[in-house]
This record gives sequence, C-alpha cells and structure tokens, in this order.
Amino acid sequence: MSHSPSSAAHDHGPTSFWTKYVFSQDHKIIGIQFMFVSFLFMILGGFMAMMIRWQLAYPDAAFPLKWMVPSRVLDEGHITPPVYNQLFTMHGTIMIFFVIIPMLTGAFGNFLIPLMIGARDMAFPKLNMLSYWVMIPAGVVITASFFVPLGPAAAGWTNYPPLSYDPQWTGVGRGQTLWLVALLMVGTSSIMGSLNYITTVVNMRAPGMSFFRMPLSIWALFVTAILQLMATPVLASALGMLLLDRTIGTHFFAPAGGGQVILWQHIFWFYSHPAVYIMILPAMGFTSDVLATFARKPIFGYKAMAYSMMGIAGLGFIVWGHHMFQSGMNPTLGTTFMVSTMLIAVPSAIKTFNWLGTLWRGNIQFTAAMLNALSFVSMFIIGGLSGIFMASTPVDMFIHDTYFIVAHLHYVLFGGSLFGIFAAVYYWFPKMFGRMMNETLGKIHFWLTFIFYNLVFFPMHILGIGGMMRRIYDPTQYEFLKPLQPMNIFVSHSAFALGAVQLLFMANFLWSLFRGKKVGRNPWHANTLEWVATSPAPHGNFEHIPTVYRGPYEYASPESKEDYLPQDVPSALPAGAPATVH
Amino acid sequence: MFVWLPEVASTYGPKIDHLFYIILYLTGGSFILTEAVLFYFAFKYRHREGRRSHYTHGNSTVEVVWTVVPAVVLVVLTFMSKTVWDEVRHTWPDSDVNLLVTASQFTWEVRYPGADGKFETADDVVLTNEMHVPVGKPVHIQLRSKDVLHSFFLPNMRLKQDAVPGLTIPIWFEATKTGDFEIACAELCGFGHYTMHGALTVHPAEEYKTWLEEAQKSAIPSEQAAPSDGPA
Repeated sequence: MSHSPSSAAHDHGPTSFWTKYVFSQDHKIIGIQFMFVSFLFMILGGFMAMMIRWQLAYPDAAFPLKWMVPSRVLDEGHITPPVYNQLFTMHGTIMIFFVIIPMLTGAFGNFLIPLMIGARDMAFPKLNMLSYWVMIPAGVVITASFFVPLGPAAAGWTNYPPLSYDPQWTGVGRGQTLWLVALLMVGTSSIMGSLNYITTVVNMRAPGMSFFRMPLSIWALFVTAILQLMATPVLASALGMLLLDRTIGTHFFAPAGGGQVILWQHIFWFYSHPAVYIMILPAMGFTSDVLATFARKPIFGYKAMAYSMMGIAGLGFIVWGHHMFQSGMNPTLGTTFMVSTMLIAVPSAIKTFNWLGTLWRGNIQFTAAMLNALSFVSMFIIGGLSGIFMASTPVDMFIHDTYFIVAHLHYVLFGGSLFGIFAAVYYWFPKMFGRMMNETLGKIHFWLTFIFYNLVFFPMHILGIGGMMRRIYDPTQYEFLKPLQPMNIFVSHSAFALGAVQLLFMANFLWSLFRGKKVGRNPWHANTLEWVATSPAPHGNFEHIPTVYRGPYEYASPESKEDYLPQDVPSALPAGAPATVH
Repeated sequence: MFVWLPEVASTYGPKIDHLFYIILYLTGGSFILTEAVLFYFAFKYRHREGRRSHYTHGNSTVEVVWTVVPAVVLVVLTFMSKTVWDEVRHTWPDSDVNLLVTASQFTWEVRYPGADGKFETADDVVLTNEMHVPVGKPVHIQLRSKDVLHSFFLPNMRLKQDAVPGLTIPIWFEATKTGDFEIACAELCGFGHYTMHGALTVHPAEEYKTWLEEAQKSAIPSEQAAPSDGPA
C-alpha cells in the first residue's frame, strides 16, 4: 500500500477504500470480487476454446489471430500438438475451477446467502475474506504457469497419471506442478467458503425463516456447500499425493514403485463427480427463483425440489465410477455404478417436471433473466438425457472419450451452469449495483447465444456418434473421421460466432455498471428477502432484520391484491392470519 | 456431411447398437415431449394484462407419477444394459487366437505367439500398428501399457478398453466381417496422441492361417524377444 503525501493528511479516506473495496469483509463486496475475477478468467478460457476450434477445423492452417498470442506459443503461426494439449487442459481447468465454481459459489453464494436469509453478513467475515484472498494467488499461479519454460499443464483437466506424473511423457515441466499448487489453493478457498456458508445458513436465518421457507437458491447453495466441504478435501489428498510424487519421488501413482495408476482416477472422480453437481445445483436454484418470479407463480412442488437436491447430493457421492467404466476397473463394479448412475437421473427428472409445472398456468414475463432461465431448463433436459447413454455401460464403451461426452458436458456446464449464471446476473444485477442491465441488449445477447450455442454443441453429439475421439489434435489423421471434417468446420464457425456474441454481454455489463437505469428496492416485484434491502444493499444489508411470515414463492396468492406477497410482510387479512410478532 | 455410427463388424456390436437405439428413442421421445410442453406453456401462458397466475403449490399425485415412471424405465434400461455388458466383459469364449497388445507412446505393438504357443519368447511375431485377425472366431487380447494410459479403441467392433501400466487386462471380440478397419487411441497419452493409430485387417479363416504361418516363418528369433518393461 502506498500513500501519496496529500492523502496522508486524510488517512481515513484511502484506508476506507482499501478496507471497503479490496480487503473487504463484506459478503457483497467479496461476492462481486469473485464475480470480476471469474469474468476475467472466462475471457481467457473462452479465447482458448476459439484456438481449439480453429485447430480442429483447419489442422493445417496457421492461427489467424496470432498477434493476440505470445509468439513463442505458435510455431510459424501454427498451433503445435503440445500446445494443443495445453490449450484444452487449461480451457477445462480454468472454466471449471476459475469460472464456474467461483462464479456460482464464490460470487452468488457470497452475495445471496446473507441477503436471502435475512442476515447482516456471513458468520465468519474474516474467513470469507481469506477464502477470496486464497483464490487470488491461485489465479496468479495458474496464470504464471503459462509463462514457465515448457508451458502450462498438458495432461487434460483430469490430469491422469502417469501422464501428469513425469515430465518426459507430456513434455511439460514445472507447469504441471504449478497446476497442482493452484488447484490446492482453489480447494482451500472452496473449503473455507463452504464452511462459512453452512454455518451461516444453519445459524443466522432471520426470525421465522425456517428451513422450508428458504428460497431454492439458498437450498441449492446450502447443499452445494455440504458437497464442497465433504468432497474437496478428498481432491486435496489426491493433489497432495501427486505433488509428492512429482517433487520428492514418492510412488503413490507410479506402478514401477508399487503405486496404482487407477487410484488417482478413483480419488479424482470421488471429488469431481460431486463437483459436477457443485457446478449445476446452484444454477438450478437460481433458475427456480427466476422462473417463479417471472411466471408470477409459486414453485410447483417446492419440497420435492428441495428433497431432490438432497437426493442428487447423496447419490452424487456413489456414482463416480461411471467415469471409469473402461478404465480397467473391475467390470462388476461397473454394473454397480451403472445402477446408481441410472438412479441419479430420477431427481433431475423430478426437478425438470416441477419447472414445467411452475410455468403451467402462469403469467410469464419474458425478461432477459427469464429467457436465460427457460434456456437453462430446455438445455439441461438435453444434457440430462444424453447422460443416460453414458450410464449404460455397453453403450459407454463406444461413446466414452468421444465428442459425445464433450457435447454432453457442455450441455450441462454451458447450457446449464452458464445460462443459469446469465439468468442470475440479469436478475440480481440491480441488487448488486443499484442499476438495471439493458433489457433489449440482454435479449439480443440471449437469442444469439442460444442459437449459436446449439449450433456449436448439438452437432458434437453427431461427431461423437461418428466415433471422433476427444483431445485429438488432428481428426483427419483417421480414415473413419475424415467424413466428419465438414461438420467440424461448421462447429468451429459457429463457435467463433458464439465467442464474438459474448462481447455484447461484456458491453452491456460494463455500460450498465455506470449508465444503467437506477432502480428501487424491488424492481421485479419479487418476494424474497434480498429485495427488502435497498439497491445496492448497504453494509449490514437491512435497516432492521426482517421477520419472515411465509414461504418464498407466494405469487398470485389470494391473500394479496398484488400478484406477489413478500416474505416479510405481515398478512393483510385479519381473519385466520398468523399473529404478528411485534 | 451426414454421419452416423461407423460400420459395425463384431458379434456384440449390433447388440450395443440396439441398446444405443433404444436409449436414443427413449431420450429422443422425452426430449421432444418435454421441450414441446416447455414451448407450449411459454407461449400459452405468456404475460397478458389482467391475467393472474393459478395459485398452486403442486400436487402429490403427479410428483409420485413423474418419480416412479422414470425410475421404472431406468431400471429396465439397467437390466438390458447389464445383459450386454456381461456378455462383453464377463464371458470368455474359447479360442486359439491369442494376442498380446502393448501400448506405448505412440504405437501399438501386437504380438502373436510363435510355434511354442507362448508370448515373449524368441519366435514371437511382432507387429507395430498392425493387427490381423480371422473372421468368425473370438480373438483374445491381453492389453498392457509400457508408459502412460492409452485406450485401445476399435470403433467398428464397438470395443474400447484403457491400457494401464502395471495391469494386464483381458478383452475379446469376434469379427463378423472381413476387411480393413482402424485402431485408435481414445485416451490422452501425450503430444503424439492423435498419431497413435493402427490398421486392423480381418481375414477369412484360411487366409488368416496362411498369413500367420508366413509371419511365423519370417519372424527372426532373438532380436525382438521379451519387450522391455520400463519406459523406453
């Protein structure tokens, strides 16, 4: 920290800037900090996706935007095979660990939990600040890994040993170690955050806010935090073991020293399958809130929604083996994991039907947030259904490690998580910054994203059915993949358009931060507690801690003349109304 | 640009494809139905001035129905899948065609025992990125890896199995068609991953016999004896 001579006289000013906006302990500021960091990494991850798609469409042509890439990365303008491996490895790593997870749990988890349960802040504000300030060095380390000799990690985001274990096999040196260090820090940040969220939700709910009066966003974030707290330490153990293997010569994963190669996959997926739900449950929660608000209708089957999230969380811990059907794991175990995997489709089906039930006989307002939430539902249907192919062990034998998997995971993580994030940004932006985002620009961005997104990822199913493997530098090397090349080119062009369209979102976001229309407390006429606070909410959130009288989704209630009835408003009807607390 | 499942050429291949189509029809039907309902509701119940939503918190009967129906369908699918899976992974049909396939960065080494019927002796037939099998006979493969993970992928046989250093994994298939097919690597194995492909030739039974005899005769003893275990 440097103080200029003039500011030294008014020490209070700069000090409050640092504590207010940088080393902040306010959950809202920390949430917004996570959000900006995630957006920055999203640009990096997205750009790498463009490079990947260029290579797959035109394996022999030089990358056209070479002025945007450090010159040592390219070989006379061409993406080389080792660099290609680094690109998809870092694309996956960054999008998962530095974009989606910090955006959903770090940004929205932080911002929403105290506001929606009627608390002044998190239970442990200092721990909250620490969880952000552990994330920052993680981001620095992963970014630095691009600049070390031989470049960043190249063993896939799953980082399977022995490939990730010994530099001679990837051609990557320290980058691979830095990957492990960065992820250990991200994991630490996650554990601290989740501990805080669980404590806050259990202990700091406003009077009257029983568990079954919590908005589904809070249910989702609560269940997600439990998943994170239980699963992330397991990932940390795997990372720790591999780090020791790489640095001091242990042999946890090295068969030559008596280690087990498949052990990594078990431990990694024991974390990373729950992590899939860490990346989708919060988006399901946000979608539920947005759907109810803009359908002006209570959530259909609120309790079924909450229970199915718990079901997903529980089952989520016993399905990891479905990533390993062809790994050399005992085939009988494959059958066991097939059963649990088929079962986990049930709670997802329940949620989908209840979302449809929520729309039924509603009064639907097509705001930008609502369009993205509807898109979440319709894309999650595809992502969920395509998962059934992989659950079936014999079918998985053919589609495993093909583009069918790439299509499936992007339908869940882009079609699901990212549309959920867009919906949440449009919906809660007014509460975060006291201004609206531009609705027209938002709708244009939505439609273009929706169209190009499907043109990118739907054909990938077909590529996978045609047998195209993941992570190959040049599909035209194979005779049986040559007929697929026109489709690869089509997918890539759609991807470039999809990437370009995101500039609209960035422009809208930045413009609205400064020029958006100012709003009052409750621009959407929503029921949940965050809309009781002013926009943006001040430090401490509420003038008075609100008292909760009812569930979060009392839209179109006969108790109210308006088509909404906020959680904190005492009943308007004198007869049969619950006694007021005052 | 229309492409679909590659030509199928193994005994269990059509069963896997059949299962694939059942799942495709089931999920395809559910997809069309749910998306149609979604779009219909979004259109029919769009905002109109003066309209008020129907006030309801749900209905237990429909919750039970849409829990039980998918559950039953998925259980049936599980049993159907198990039957095929058991045939592929839990049966071991008798055969005298035995191969040892060793993966390493970035080649497939395919070994046939010589006249002694044993692997890793001086008279082994050793091929690189090339595999010959007879039609209509189960082929036994012992799959190994010298260095990192690889995945032995025969798209036309619908067979895929990771090759794991430290393990020898038995797999089998029986070709139903003669001709030339491809061997691919489906698990990331380093910067040369995309080049790790080989040729699979399925011969008529007699032709295979002749080929093997020729190959055994010309196999030069001594040099390509036991493969080295450690990484090259």
